[in-house]
Amino acid sequence: MGQNLTGESQYVDVQPQRSRLRCIWGLVRKETYQMLRDPSSVGIGIVLPLLLLFLFAYAVSLDVRNIELAVVCEDNSPIVNRLLASFQNNKYFMVHVARDRREVQDALIGGRLSGVLVIPADFASRVERRSLSPLQLLVRGSDVSTASLVQNYVQGVLRNWLIQEGLNAGQRNSGEIVRIESRVWFNQESETRAALLPGSIAVIMTLIGTLLTALVVAREWERGTMEALLATPITRGDIVLSKFIPYFILGMLAMELVVAVSTLGLGVPLRGSLWVLTMVSATFLCSALGLGLLISSVTRNQFVASQVSLIVGYLPAIILSGLVFEIDSMPRLIRYLTYVMPPRYFVSVLRTLFLAGNVWQVIVPNTVVLLVFAAFFLTVTIRKTKMNLE
Amino acid sequence: MASQVFISLNEVRKQFSAADRPVLECVTANIYGGRITGLVGPDGAGKTTLMRLMAGLLEPTQGRIKVAGYDTVGQVSSVHTIVSYMPQRFGLYEDLTVMENLHLYADLRGVVGKHRQETFERLLAFTGLRPFTSRLAGKLSGGMKQKLGLACALIHRPLVLLLDEPSVGVDPVSRRELWKMVNELVDEGTAVIWSTAYMDEAQRCDEVLLLNEGKLLYQGKPEDLIRQVEGQTFIVETTEDSRRQLLAKALEQPDILDAVIQGRKVRLILKTPTAVPPALGTNVQARPTSPRFEYAFMVLLSGIPKTRISNVTSHIFQKLHEAGTATRDVVVEARDLTKRFGSFTAVDQVSFTVRRGEIFGLLGPNGAGKSTIFKMMCGLLRPTSGKAEVAGVDLTMAPAKARERLGYMAQRFSLYSDLSVHQNLEFFGGVYGLKGRRLQKTIHRMIEEFELAPFINSNAGDLPLGFKQRLAMACAIMHEPQVLFLDEPTSGVDPITRREFWIRINAMVDQGMTIIVTTHFLDEAEYCDRIAMIYQGRIIATGTPDDLKRSIQSENLPEPTLEDAFIEMIQRHERYELEVA
Repeated sequence: MGQNLTGESQYVDVQPQRSRLRCIWGLVRKETYQMLRDPSSVGIGIVLPLLLLFLFAYAVSLDVRNIELAVVCEDNSPIVNRLLASFQNNKYFMVHVARDRREVQDALIGGRLSGVLVIPADFASRVERRSLSPLQLLVRGSDVSTASLVQNYVQGVLRNWLIQEGLNAGQRNSGEIVRIESRVWFNQESETRAALLPGSIAVIMTLIGTLLTALVVAREWERGTMEALLATPITRGDIVLSKFIPYFILGMLAMELVVAVSTLGLGVPLRGSLWVLTMVSATFLCSALGLGLLISSVTRNQFVASQVSLIVGYLPAIILSGLVFEIDSMPRLIRYLTYVMPPRYFVSVLRTLFLAGNVWQVIVPNTVVLLVFAAFFLTVTIRKTKMNLE
Repeated sequence: MASQVFISLNEVRKQFSAADRPVLECVTANIYGGRITGLVGPDGAGKTTLMRLMAGLLEPTQGRIKVAGYDTVGQVSSVHTIVSYMPQRFGLYEDLTVMENLHLYADLRGVVGKHRQETFERLLAFTGLRPFTSRLAGKLSGGMKQKLGLACALIHRPLVLLLDEPSVGVDPVSRRELWKMVNELVDEGTAVIWSTAYMDEAQRCDEVLLLNEGKLLYQGKPEDLIRQVEGQTFIVETTEDSRRQLLAKALEQPDILDAVIQGRKVRLILKTPTAVPPALGTNVQARPTSPRFEYAFMVLLSGIPKTRISNVTSHIFQKLHEAGTATRDVVVEARDLTKRFGSFTAVDQVSFTVRRGEIFGLLGPNGAGKSTIFKMMCGLLRPTSGKAEVAGVDLTMAPAKARERLGYMAQRFSLYSDLSVHQNLEFFGGVYGLKGRRLQKTIHRMIEEFELAPFINSNAGDLPLGFKQRLAMACAIMHEPQVLFLDEPTSGVDPITRREFWIRINAMVDQGMTIIVTTHFLDEAEYCDRIAMIYQGRIIATGTPDDLKRSIQSENLPEPTLEDAFIEMIQRHERYELEVA
C-alpha cells in the first residue's frame, strides 16, 4: 500500500464514530465565522437596528409641528389682536396673517397651508356682548390626520385664550366653554417615542430572524455548498439547529442593545422586568427565525427569499402589528388578519412592559400565542427542510 | 479487492417532471473499486444528475442504485457515510480559510483527536496547500480550490469518491496534479468516479461510462472503444489547397464521417475501416493515424448529418468568388496593452498582430487575462496603457467607430431570450444602424445563410442550443464587420454542434473575415492559424499550433498535443521567472 492517505490499512469499519454534538458545533462555528466576516450580517444585525432606532426616535413622529396656519382677521380690534398673538406665540403654529380669506384660499387648496382660521368682522362685538361668537376653521380633509390635529390644536389654543381673556378682563364669565375638558396633549411627541421605540424591537428582531436567516440559507443553496453538506452524514436537525443557534444569539444581542440604547440613551422608561422582556423576546425570535428558515428552504434563492421575507415578515411587523397604525381603527378584515401576525402579540407585550410594567393579564396570554407560533414555524421548518435536491 | 463492484446501477431512469424528456434513461452499469471510472459526455448528457443520484441527493424515478450494497433511497444515511462527493462548484465555503474548511468537514465526518491532526498533516502535504492554510478559500486559484475540495472530500476514508467535473476551470498543470492524486487513491482501492466533458480525459480513465442525451452509449475500457475505430482514422496533408479548403472537401465525401483540422493537417474519420482513404486531390498525402476517444464518440453518434454540412459548405463556394482575393494586411493590433485593477496587473504589456483572414486564438487557463484582453480589444474596457487597433481605428481614441467594424459574440450568446428570432435580428440590426430596406434585406440574408427559417417566430430562449449559437453569430455579423471576436464560443456545446460551428467559421474566414477567439478546449485551438498562450497576464508563447507542438517535441514525446505544449511552456516560463528572480 505504501503511502496511505488515511492511515487505515483496511476499511473494515466504515461507520465513523460521529457525534451529533461535534457535528452541530462544527457547523455553528462555521456559521459564526461567516457571520462575522459578512458585512451584510453586521449591517442587518447591528447597524440597521441602531439606524431604525434613531429613525423611530427622531425622524418618525406622529405629531405635527410648525403647522402652517393662516389667520384671517376681518376686524382689527384689540381682542382680535390678542387672539392672533396667542396663535403667533404658540410653537406649533407658523401664522400667516391675512385680511381677506380669498388671499389664502389658493394656498390652502395647494397644500401650502394646513388650515385657515377666519375671525369674522363681528367677532369682537359678539364677544363683548358675550353672545355666541363663531369662528370658522378651514382644514384640508385630504390629510385626515393633519386635519384633525389642526382642529385639536386650534381648539386648544382657543381655550387657553378664553381662560386668559376671562382672567384678564376682570373675571368675566366665559365658564361654559372652559368647563368642556377635552384637552389636547401638547407634549405628544415624547409619548410617540415611548410607544414607538419598544415596538421597534419587534421590527429589528424580524429583520434579523426572518430576513437575515432567509438570506444565509438561500445563499448556501445558491453557492452549491448545501449540496456538499447534504452529501455528508448530517441530519435535518443538525442543519436547522446550526442555523438557528448563531442567529438566535445575534438577535438577542441586538435586542439587548436596542433596550440599552432606548432606556439609557433615549429616555424611554422600562417599567416591567428586563428578565421577562428577554424571555418574551426569545419566544418571538424563535417564531421569526422559524419563518426565515422556512422561507429560505422553500425558495432557495436569495432574491426571492428577501422579497418574501420583506412582505411576510418585515411589513406586517410595521404595518399590522399596531406599532404605527392602531389595530382598533383598521377595517374589520385587516383587523382579523393581524391575529395571525406574531408581531401583533409581541408589540402589545413590549408596550405593556415598557410603559406599564409587569401586567400579567396582558403578558401571559400574548406570550402563550407567541409560543404557539414559534412551535408551529419550527415544526414546519424541520418538516420542510429537504435532505436531498429533489 | 480491485474488481469488487462498488456501485450498481439497475435500469436507472430520472425524469424531473412528466412534461420533460427524461434526463437519464435506463442506465444499467457496474462501477468497480480500485479503478477510475470516467463519466463522459457533452454538457446536458445527464452526468451531474447521475452523480447526484449516486450520492443519494436525488431519487431515481425508476430503477435502483446500490452503493456498497446500500440502497441510495432507503439507506441514504449509510450511503453518505461511505461516499464522498465533490460537486461541480467544489462545495467550499469561500469566506472560510483553508483550515476552517478542513475543520468543518472533519467535524461533520467525526474525525477527532490525534487522528484529526494526522489527517490534516497528510492532506496538506498531499495537496500542497500547507503554505495557504490561513488563506480564504475564495482567494485560491481554480486549481487550489479543486485540491482543497478534494482534501475536504478525503477527510475520512471514502469507499467511493464522486468528482463532478473536477477539471473545469483548472489550468492544465493543476489538472495533471489532480490526476496524479486521484491515481494514488485508486491504488488504495477507492472507487473514483470522474465526470468530464473533455474527451481527452476519458482516455486516462480505467473505464468509462459514455453518456449522451441521458442514454448510456458505451461502457467499458476506453481503449476497447478506441480500438473499434482502428483503421478508420487518417491524417492528410496537402500542398495545394489551404487546410480549410481541404477540410471542406473532406466533409463532402460520403465515406468520411468526420474531419477536423489539426495544425497544418486534417484528420479524417471514415465510416468503415479501409487501407486507403478516399482521394481528396492530386497533391494530398494521407497516412493512417492512431485513433482518439473523441473520434470513437463521433462514430457512436454517427457524425454530423451530411445535409447540415453540405448546406454550410455550399455557401463557402458561392462566396469565395466574391471575396477570394483578400489582402493579407494587418487588421488587428495590440501594442504593449496593459490593464491594472488597483495593484493587480491583469494584463501585462501584451502585443500581437492579426492579419486579414486569420483565425487567432487566445489560449490560457481561467484568470490568465484572456477575457480582459478581449474586452480591451472590443472597446468594452479601457487599457491602463498601450494601444489597441481594429481595422485601422484606435480603440482608445474612437471606440464607437472601431466597434462598427467588429462583431462580438459573448460567452453565453447574450440574446434576448423572450424575443423571437426575427425580433432579435431586427434589434441587433437596428443597434448597428441598419434601417428600412437594407435591414430587411440583411435579416433575410441571415435567415437564409444560417437556416433559421423554421424558427423565425420562436423565442430565442426556446431554441435548441445549436440554433441559439447560429442566431448569436448572425446577430454579431449583420453589420458586416471585418473582425469577429468570439469569447469561449463553444463552452457548454455538444461535439456535433461544435463541429458545425467550426465549419461555419472556416467558411467565413475563407470569405475574408478575421476571427479572434478565446477557448479552453485545447483541441479546438488546432483550428487557429496562430495561437497566443496567455499565462498570468502575459503572452508566454505565440505561433502556429504546429510550431508550438514542434518546439517541445522530443524522443519521449514524438507526437505532443497542444496541452503538452501548453504545460511545457508554463513550466519553462516559471523556470525562467525563477532564474530572473
